[in-house]
Formats: sequence, structure tokens, C-alpha cells
Amino acid sequence: MQKRKTYPIWFAAGALILYTVLFVIPSIIGIGYSFTDWSAYTEELHFVGLENFKVILSPEENYRKIIGNTLLFTLVTVIFKNVLGLAMAVLLSKSVKALNFHRGVMFMPSVLSTLILGMIFSSILNPAEGLLNVFLRKVGFDFLALQWLTSPKYAFGTVMAVDIWRGTGYIMTILIAGILSISTEYYEAASIDGANGLQKFFYITLPLLLPTLATTTVLNVIYGLKVFDMIYALTNGGPGKATTEVLYTIVFKKFGTGQYAVGTALSSVMFVFMLIIGFFMIRVMTKGEVQE
Amino acid sequence: MMKKTVGKICVNVLAWLLSLICMIPLLLILFNSLKDKNAASDMNLSLPTLPIPWENFATVIEKGKLVTSFLNSLTYSFGSVILCSVLAVMAAYVLSRNATRLNKILFMFLVLGITLPINYVALTKVMLFLHLNNTKLGIILLYAAMQLPFSVFLMHGFVARIPIELDEAAVIDGCGCVKLFFWIIMPLLRPVLATVFVLTFLNTWNEFVSPLYFLSSSDKWPMTLSVYNFFGMYFKDWNLVCADILLTSLPVILVYLLGQKYIVSGMTAGAVKG
Repeated sequence: MQKRKTYPIWFAAGALILYTVLFVIPSIIGIGYSFTDWSAYTEELHFVGLENFKVILSPEENYRKIIGNTLLFTLVTVIFKNVLGLAMAVLLSKSVKALNFHRGVMFMPSVLSTLILGMIFSSILNPAEGLLNVFLRKVGFDFLALQWLTSPKYAFGTVMAVDIWRGTGYIMTILIAGILSISTEYYEAASIDGANGLQKFFYITLPLLLPTLATTTVLNVIYGLKVFDMIYALTNGGPGKATTEVLYTIVFKKFGTGQYAVGTALSSVMFVFMLIIGFFMIRVMTKGEVQE
Repeated sequence: MMKKTVGKICVNVLAWLLSLICMIPLLLILFNSLKDKNAASDMNLSLPTLPIPWENFATVIEKGKLVTSFLNSLTYSFGSVILCSVLAVMAAYVLSRNATRLNKILFMFLVLGITLPINYVALTKVMLFLHLNNTKLGIILLYAAMQLPFSVFLMHGFVARIPIELDEAAVIDGCGCVKLFFWIIMPLLRPVLATVFVLTFLNTWNEFVSPLYFLSSSDKWPMTLSVYNFFGMYFKDWNLVCADILLTSLPVILVYLLGQKYIVSGMTAGAVKG
């Protein structure tokens, strides 16, 4: 059987062309535009060298804080989603009644549009009459009824918390599948040896779940670095000066104000960074596919 | 024995508590969409009272121009879902079956898109050049391109599990490459096609960043974006906002409930190695 004839390469051409034109080429020419003064106000482009990157890294600008915010967001949400997701997965792989119902409901937040969730949470977290603060006052925790989204002190934490609320069910679902794929024989053997629940978790579940946890972590890191919708919908970078601003929201703002070159320079920095992470991630994800 | 029962009750209570926390926003939307303007102004979890003001829904459909935006969303989602599934399955099939060095590199190149960020700013140049800016076709092509990497990745693993002897037998019987793929391989890929279908549908229905950049005329906006716009105008009428949100979310909730098993199998592919 002639492989080249049976599996003609033109089958893949459509996908490759579409992906290259609308995904790869913008990133490549975007790097080129980062070295120009492209904006809504210039007629012709001029080469300006590293000027845009100097702007990004200069201490007067907020970009360092924004990059810091993006990394902090990623780190915090990755840790919380994984830990909470794991706890919930362990809980929901036990003999709980209405198991499928719980699993379905906990995944639900990831199905809804973030823009819509942002609108709902701006109501829930309203400092005066929002559901959360009304509830907290009712049960006597007045001191906890904070200005969740409007105070620069708490806004970023709140945004991260909402994102954790949304994303944990997703991670949990992946981890449940991971736990269910662990052979019950290990647990039976451990029971015979007199291991208790905690020991079983730390000596069986956790080590065998490490590859799955690696994937959920990578998925989360990619999501966190690229986060836009959640923040756009909840605070749009505010309150105050860039308290909750992240890379993608500032790129969008630069686009809105016509400062295209700075926007594309920021995008390009991220592109190179993600390319490196991407190689690592694809290796994690495609590992073991060959043996199947 | 006593200790075990208490433990079981605790575990169940905890599960219900967590489910409740996940459900509160949904219940909030549902209840308040069924109240009148005054009752909904507090946005609390009290149950709606009779008579239910069903006219909320009629009002938002008219004022929020939901018919147009619903048809737009439907066009974008179905257009990109079909385009993406067909292109992805064909690519995954040849790249998996004929795993030459070049094809392995092409596969990596495609799949790398899972992690890469899109440079929207530079993309405007490409879209303008191709006359795709502010067109429905542009959004469909863009969505399809965005969903391709993961779809190809998912299908690639699946194609590898179909025995190659099947292809050999078909070829010996004189089956051409097109016929082999569409008549023999495609039907066997139905489960993974369903997964890609459901996941792509959910993602594209909820996406609003591309329309934000590339659709300047509001009559081309998808539902998610027009509900946000509606919220800006009627933020005091929570009953209407909730009704709008409910109608916008209904399609994804339905697809989620119907396609739940496909979502899970898609998400866990690559994540769990038994």
C-alpha cells in the first residue's frame, strides 16, 4: 500500500492553510510591527528599533505591574484550582449519593460565558445590596462585608476567587477521570495491609495522579497567562491604577486607543514566552499517545 | 458503625454545599428573570411570586434584538463547528496514518496553537487584507482557526486507535483514498467528532473577544456581546437582564446536558493515561 497515495497530504492542507493564515502569520508579522511606530495616527510606518520594548520595561510605566499581575493570577489560580479540584474529586469519587448530579452541577460554571458570569458577579459582589454582603451581614459577619470589586485592596483577590470558583469544576472533572482510572487492586492491597484513608491518598492516589495533575497544571498556566474575559467582565483592569490589569486587557486597551505598536509588542513578548511553554506542554500531552 | 454513618452524612452534606455554591448564580438568574422589576431590583434568592411576568421574555427578545443576535450566534457556531470538524478530522487522519518526519513536524506545528496567544492587533492587518474585517465569514473562519489545534490533537489520538488493517483491506478491494476516508474511517470517528462538535460549539458560543475586535456593526454581534450591551443600557432592570442572560445561556446549557459524556471524554483525552 502506497502511503502517500492512500493518505494524500492535501487532506491536511485546509487545516494548515487556515491555521497558518489566521493564527501564525499575525503572530509573525506582529513581531515585525513591534519594531515600528504603528498607530492609528500614523500614515506611514517607521522603524523605531527597540523603542516599544523600552516602553514596556521602563519603570515609569505600569507594565511591570501588569506582567506581575498576570503571573500572580496564574500562580494563585493554578494552586487553588488544583488543590480544591483534587479535594472535590476525591470527595466525588467516594460513595456520595446523587454523584452524577453533583459532578454535573460543579462543572456547570465552566460552561457559561465568562462575560455573563462577570455580570452576575458584579451584582452578587455589590458592596451595598449584593447577595454576598447581605448574607454576611445577616449572619453577623459585618466586618467581612467588604468592597469586593471596588476597593483596590481587595479587587484582585476577588477576581481571582471568582475565577477559581469558575474553573475548579473543570479541573475536578479531569481529576475524577484520573482517579477512576487507578486500579482498585492497589486500594484493596493497602486495606489488607491496614492502611487508613489518609495513607491511601498519599501513597496511592496522589503519586498515580501526578501525570494528570501535570496536565491540569499546564492547562491552567496557559489559561491564566492568556486570561482576558473574566477580568474584562468584572473590573476591566480597575479600580484605580491597573490594580487588576493583565496582559490581554492592556493589549485590548492599547488597541482601543490606537497604540497598535505597543499592543503588538506586548503580544509578541507573550507569544515568545508561550512558545517555550508550549513545547513543554505538548510533550506532556502527547506523552504515551504512541503506545496506544 | 456510628462513626461511619456520621462520616457519610458529612460527606453528603459537603457535596450538597459545594453544589449549592456552584448553582447560586444560576438560581439567581432563573428566579429573578421570573420576577417583576421591583422584586428583581434586590437580586436576591427569594422565590418568584405568582403571577409570573412572562412578558419579561417578550420584552428582552424585542428590545435586546435577541432574534438577530441568536441567528448570528447560530451562524458563527455552526459555521465554525462544521468547518473546523471537517478540516481537523481530515488533517488528523493523514498526519496520524502517514507519520513521516515532515508530517510529525506539521502535527506539532498545528498542535502548538493550543498554547499560543493570538495577536489580535496584528490580526486586524491580515483581516483587512483579506477583506474579512466586519464580516460574518471572517468570524467563522477565525473561530474555526482558533479551534483547530485542539481538535486536531484530540482526533489524532483517536485515529491511531483504528486498526490500519481496515485501510489495507479497503485499498486491496480497490477503494480510493477519498472513498476510504469518507465511507470507512469517518463513520468510525463518530464519537470523537461528537466531542469536537460539542466542545467547539460551547467555546464559540461563549466567545466574545473576536467580535469585540472585528465586528464594528452591532447587527452582526453574537448573543454574548449583545447581552453585555443590553446590560449597559438596562442595568437597573435586573428582571430583564436576567431574562436576557437566561435566554443567551439556554443553548449552551442544553448542549452541555445533552453532550455531557462527550465533553468529559474530550477533556480527559491527553490528561489521563490509564
